[in-house]
Order: sequence, then structure tokens, then C-alpha cells
Amino acid sequence: MAALGPDTGPALTIPKDAGGESLPPSGAATATTGSAATGDVTGSFWHRFTLGRPLAALIIQRLGLSVGLLFAVSLMIFGGVEALPGDFATTYLGQSATPQAVENIRKDLGLDRPLTERYLSWLGGAVQGDFGTSWASRNSVSEQIGNRLGNSLFLAFFAAIVSVPLAVALGMLAVQFRNRLPDRIINVVSLAAISLPEFFVGYLLILFFAVQMGVATFPATVYDGMGFTDRLSAIALPVATLVLVVLAHMMRMTRAAILNVMSSAYVETAELKGLGAFRIIARHAAPNAVAPVINVIALNLAYLVVGVVVVEVVFVYPGMGQYMVDAVTVRDMPVVQACGLIFAAFYIFLNMAADILAILANPRLRHPR
Amino acid sequence: MPETSSATSGLLSVRNLKIEATSYPPGEPPKTVTLVEDVSFDVEKGKVLGLIGESGAGKSTIGLSALAYGRGGASITGGQVLLNGKDILALDRNGIRGIRGCKVCYVAQSAAAAFNPAHKLGEQVIEASLRHRIMSRAEAEKRALYLFQVLGLPNPESFGDRYPHQVSGGQLQRAMTAMALCPNPELIVFDEPTTALDVTTQIDVLAAIKHAIEETHTAALYITHDLAVVAQISDDIMVLRHGKTVEYGTTSQIIEAPREDYTRALVSVRQTKRKEAGDQSDRLLDIEHVSAGYSNGFKVLHDVSMHLPKGQTLAIVGESGSGKSTLARVITGLLPPSEGRVTFDGKELPKALSARTKEELRRVQMIYQMADTAMNPRQTVRDIIGRPISFYYGLHGAKKTERVRQLLDQIEMGDGFLDRYPAELSGGQKQRVAIARALAAKPELILCDEPTSALDPLVAEGILNLLLKLQEETAVSYVFITHDIAIVRAIADSVAVMHRGKLVRFGPKSKVLSPPFDDYTDLLLKSVPEMELGWLEKVLASRRMESAGN
Repeated sequence: MAALGPDTGPALTIPKDAGGESLPPSGAATATTGSAATGDVTGSFWHRFTLGRPLAALIIQRLGLSVGLLFAVSLMIFGGVEALPGDFATTYLGQSATPQAVENIRKDLGLDRPLTERYLSWLGGAVQGDFGTSWASRNSVSEQIGNRLGNSLFLAFFAAIVSVPLAVALGMLAVQFRNRLPDRIINVVSLAAISLPEFFVGYLLILFFAVQMGVATFPATVYDGMGFTDRLSAIALPVATLVLVVLAHMMRMTRAAILNVMSSAYVETAELKGLGAFRIIARHAAPNAVAPVINVIALNLAYLVVGVVVVEVVFVYPGMGQYMVDAVTVRDMPVVQACGLIFAAFYIFLNMAADILAILANPRLRHPR
Repeated sequence: MPETSSATSGLLSVRNLKIEATSYPPGEPPKTVTLVEDVSFDVEKGKVLGLIGESGAGKSTIGLSALAYGRGGASITGGQVLLNGKDILALDRNGIRGIRGCKVCYVAQSAAAAFNPAHKLGEQVIEASLRHRIMSRAEAEKRALYLFQVLGLPNPESFGDRYPHQVSGGQLQRAMTAMALCPNPELIVFDEPTTALDVTTQIDVLAAIKHAIEETHTAALYITHDLAVVAQISDDIMVLRHGKTVEYGTTSQIIEAPREDYTRALVSVRQTKRKEAGDQSDRLLDIEHVSAGYSNGFKVLHDVSMHLPKGQTLAIVGESGSGKSTLARVITGLLPPSEGRVTFDGKELPKALSARTKEELRRVQMIYQMADTAMNPRQTVRDIIGRPISFYYGLHGAKKTERVRQLLDQIEMGDGFLDRYPAELSGGQKQRVAIARALAAKPELILCDEPTSALDPLVAEGILNLLLKLQEETAVSYVFITHDIAIVRAIADSVAVMHRGKLVRFGPKSKVLSPPFDDYTDLLLKSVPEMELGWLEKVLASRRMESAGN
């Protein structure tokens, strides 16, 4: 055929490699081989690893990113605190701040050393869990934070175990009654809860439950040696405030994620199989809505730990948030830096966990071809 | 005969079906549209009725009524759907649930979307049988295995342990059929089960479906827009248009002696054939030893060479994954090739899009498969067609409008469309506007990437005729990418057959499409359904002969 010559026109050409390829006669074999990937896998070790074990590669990538991000955040916290106006020595000495006294205190605290040296020694300590000594109280920062962090986590934990199941359940309920009265009520109430600032919600709760009805304790101070039930009743109002603030967001996202899945073709398939409404939502819709829901839950959990500053101040609760606010007012830099870094670490860790869970929830990544 | 069957006790009897949909456009009173009106038919036990028509003919809507289901806002407002003599429309929620997935099952067009990505195929296949307590888990698994074997799925023992994304499209479609057959239903509704598949895959799925419904004595409603396909599988055919019955008869009567004009048009569609141009000397496009791949290391094209003379049409044919669209991306510069070169009108084109001059860009234009997504929904037809006019020729105001009018005239659409938005156009009209947009640049080459595969056959034929007419008027050259051999026959001068990124065969149409064939071209040509009774059996028989001969 090729003898007709290409110059006179497109003679029939059958390239050797393609023409010699024999094709499977049966259809089943065509279908299987047709889906096989063509092309050669080349490239570095990491490239091959990504293709061979996509799940492990993605998770390692996320872990690496988180560590890098945390490092960057430590730089920004240190730099930011350094750039803040005001000086501990002047604030501490007040009226008696002679230049000589200020200089002495600065030398005492090691502020005369160069910036990089101070950053590196701070970072080195932080990696080992030693955040230095508080300038104001001369106590170990790590020790004090240990207590305060425990209190904050106690508060966040109870807010989470109330709000997460409630949000998911309400979200499913709203889907079940979508565009009907229960859905509308849930929607309006959640919108109102989102719109009110948390300190306002906090004061409202105090006004009703502590002042007028007298059923709740205020202030919500806890101390060492306090009984568990006493602690619970002390944190009832701050927990309620936090739940109201995060519930609406989580619930609305759950509703949106499930509704999105409910309009998919495989839910129609389930419906045409004659399955019940509950089974369709629980077995066919929910597993596919997991990833977005996990993401919004993680975001709100992070908020519960990090964003409680205002709520703790309103309720005079001895947690991390209040500790940090106190430290800022007296320019107690080691405490501010430590709190900032711990908050950032929580935030990054929870988001990374959400990312990894969402990756694990994806069947395409969990079961590669 | 279907005309007299109303007296017999069929399995499914649909009487004077009326289906309406209510939409709620914002700021306007609710609108009610009639989707289906006065449709009646019967399906007897073990028989197959084909429902055929263009998109919007109401065929899927009618099919779903057998499950008492209305998709979107559609609801059945009149008539009866009698299953074994009992009106299923009169049943309550639980009664309807007892029918769905038990007595009547459904096979969707896109199995890839209809399977839940989170669960194993086997679990999904047996789910309905277990939930309706039709059989025990062991029995259901045994039946699923049997069905996987009947449907010719590879490794039937372990097939059920796989997830939907782990198997191919053709296998998924067969798995969906197994899922519908598993609870031993009396009726299955097949909704375009092979439309999304390649021809060589389609024939296997079609054969598997036919074998499985014969084996299990299940009745079926088979919905499709392809008369050649339905002729292979059904006993009776009902032709639908705009929600009404056009013609209803036995398959042989519809194919061999259609009574209505519309049916005749459907039967004779795809008969356009064009003689190929003789002169092949004046080359416009020359593709030499092009290889290309994506950044993740996968090579998609391997050493592909072909060329196209001025004013002619080169058809590139192949299945999905053959690299034909990638080749178009290489020609346009969207994907720079790793090796080889593309010469246009005697001059090598810069590999990357960013390195090409405005003039080089103007001379090569593109038409896409989905006109919907290729147009800005917030621009009017005037803006869409006007953009290349002002970009390449700097025309504005009245002069630009004048040119847009000319172009609208060329694509056989009137001035009235100037200020319409894409959403206000039909599928065929959208594709015409896309063609006008390509023409506006006065290009010498238009790359057409499956421009008709999303359209109904009659509309597609109109588009093909328009492209041929425009070629006569403006001497533009086409590279026409398609998976449809009938289109190749209709419009091409030369043909390139591609398979898995390699060129299998290239030359003038008369040589490429006539024997002796290589294995792949042979398979491809034999897989195209023909409007002929018993075609499927003939092809399958000849395949068995060949494999026995080997």
C-alpha cells in the first residue's frame, strides 16, 4: 500500500507497530484492556511513589505541609510580637522607669541579645516544650499553660460533644423535612444564632439564667480541687454560648452537603430500588457527604479551642484565652508567644486531621485501580 | 400486533398517560408544561418494547412512569399504569416501594453516576433483593455471580468486590444490568444503556443485555434515540415526538415499512454520503511525528503523522482514550508536543499557544462537543459572534452588527436571534452559533471536536449538511474528530483511525474504509449498528466463526 507514494497524496499508511498489534476477539477482553493505562511511568522515586501509593503520598504530603506551616507561623508570631509597640520594662516599672532601670531589666531578660539568637533559642526551647519564664510572674510558662490549657480543652470538649452530634442530627432532620416547616424553623433560628456576636449571646444567657432565674452559676470560675459536677455546673453557661455559636454553621453545612448528595444519580438509583428514606440517607447519602462535613466540624473544633478568648473573658473562665489577654496587657512576651504558637498548632493539627480524614473517606484514593 | 393487544392481559399496560411538569420561575406565576400526552402501550411477558425519539420526546419520562416515578418536577397527572392489571399510580408510598426494585427495575444511562462510589459493586447489586426480602444473602450472591457470568464480566467471582471507579464504563453498564436483573423482576426499564459507550463496547453490552433478558425471560422497555440499536433488541417499537405517539408497531414494520414521515426520516438518517475530493497535492496542515503527553508522565500520543489538503476534510476517528482530542489540542497549541512538528500552510507553527501570532491564531478555529459549556451564558448571540470580529478585525458598532447578521444568515438562522441568550436556544441552534463564532474569524482550518455527538440524529444531520455547505462556500478545511463511522462516511475526504494514542490507519476515505483491513479497523467498522433486523446476531456469529478459526 505504501508503494503508492506519499508525494501523490495520502496513500493508505498503516504504521508497523500499530498494524502488528493483535486485538482480542472477545468483547470482554476489549473492555478490560481498553481501560488499562497507556504510556510509561517515568520520573523520580517520589513520582513513582505518588502513582503507586497515592493515599500514603497524599498523607505524607499533608504532614510535611503542616510542619512547614507551623514553622512559618512561629516566625510570624516571633516577628509580630517583636514589632508590637510598647515595652515590658517601661510598663513594668511605670513611674520609676529611669533609663538605667529599663536597661537593667532588658539585660536581665536577655533582650540585649541579637534577634536571630533569641528566636533560635526560643524555637529550640519550644520544640522541647519549654516556653521560658514569664516576665511578669517569674514562673515557668509551660507549667502555667499546662493548667490553663487543660481548662480550655475541658470547655471545648464539652461544647464539642454537645454541638457536633446535635448539628449533624439537625442537619439530617432539615434534609428530611426540606422546605417544610421544621426545616424553615431550624434555618431561621440558626441564622439568628450565627448573626449574634458571642459576647452578646453570653451576656443574654447570663441575664436570663444567672440573674433573673438564678439557676446557673456566674462567674464560671473553676479552681484546683473542685469536684467534677461542680465544674460541670460552672461551665454550663459558657458551653451553651459556644454551642449556640458553632452549632448553626455546622448544621447548615451538613444540610448543604447532604442535599448536594441527595440530588445525585446514585440516590435516584437507591430510590428506584424501593429503599426506605432513612436507608437512603444513612447508607447512600451520608458516606459521600462525610468529607465536607468533616471539614466544617474540624474548622469549628479549631474555633472552639482558639476562638474562646472572648467567651472566657465574658465568663471569667481561667482558660488559655484569658491568660493570653492578661499577658498582652502587661506585655509579657513569652506568654503571648507561647499561647500564639499553641493556638496555631491546634488550628493546623485539626485542619490537617480533617484533610487526612477526607482523603481516607474518598474510595477512589482508598482503593486505587 | 400491538394495535389489538389492548384486549389481551399484558404484563404492563399504559393507558392514556399524561405527565406534566410545573416549574417556578422567580418573579413569575408557576408554569405547567405537558411532557407526555395520551400515550398508550402494552408490554407482554418476556417481550421488549423499544421507545424511540429525540431528546425531549418524553421517552425517559414514560419509562420512569412504569416505576411511578417523576424526575425533577414531573408528575403523572392522568391515565393508568397497569402492572399485572393493577394500577400502580393508585398505590400509597409503601405500595410503590414494593414495586420499585422488586417487580420493576431501572437501568440508567450513565452507570458511572448511578452507582454509589462509596460501596462495592456486589453489595449494590444484591441490595434490592435483600431489602425486599426476595432472597437470602447467600442466594442473592449466587444469583449475582450467575448474572455476572451471563453478562460476560471478567473474573465474575471477584467482580463484586470491586468499587465502581475500578472498572470500565462498559463493565459498569453491564453491572447495572445485573443489578436490575438480580431481584428477578418482571419488567426492566433500560434508559439509553449504551449511549455513553464506544461502539466496540456498545455491541458487547447490547449482546450481553439481549442474552440476559432472553435467558431470564424478563420483559423490558428499551429507551434510546438510535433506531439501529433498538431494531436489534426489541419486538415492538413506539416512535415518540414532543411527548406524543408518532407510530407504534412491530419492529419489522417500523424498519421496513414505516408509515409516518417522521419515522421515515429516522430510518433514512445517516444515509448522506459525500464523494471524496480527488486532488490531494496542496497541503494546508502537516502533522509530522508528533508525540505528546501530560505533565504527570503519561504519554498520550505516540509518533502520529497525517496531513490535510486545502479545502478538504480530514476525519480522525477513534474511541474515547484514543488521543484524538489530544491531537486537536496539539494543533491549537493548547498542549505543546514533546516531539514532532505541526506545519500550517508551509510554515511551522510555534509549539505553544503563547508563542503564536494573532494571525496564526485567527487561521485555526475550533468547535467543541458541548456548545453549552463553550459559550458564556451571560452573553447574547450578538456578543458571542461579535467577539472574534472585533478581536481579529477591529470592527465595532453597525459594521460589526452587519457582519454578525451575515454570519447568522450563513448558519441559516435569522436576525431574531441577535439578542437571545444561549439558554434560549435549542441544542442544534447553540452548535450553529458556535460554528458562526468560528467562521467569524474567517479561518482556513476549523477543528471540529465531536460537534454532533451530543445532538439528536436529525439535528446532527442538519449540522453536518451546514458544515458541508459552508465548506463549498468558503473553501475552509476541517479536521473532524468523531467516534462515528457514519459521520466519517458522510463528510470526510481522508480518514485517520486512531487507537490508544497511535495512528492505526491513514489515507483517502475510499482506501481506509475498504478491505483489506487491519484488526482494529475491522472491529470498529463491524461494531457500528446497522438499520437491519438480525444485524447483531450476524456480527456475533461471524465473530464466533473467527475466534473458532483462530
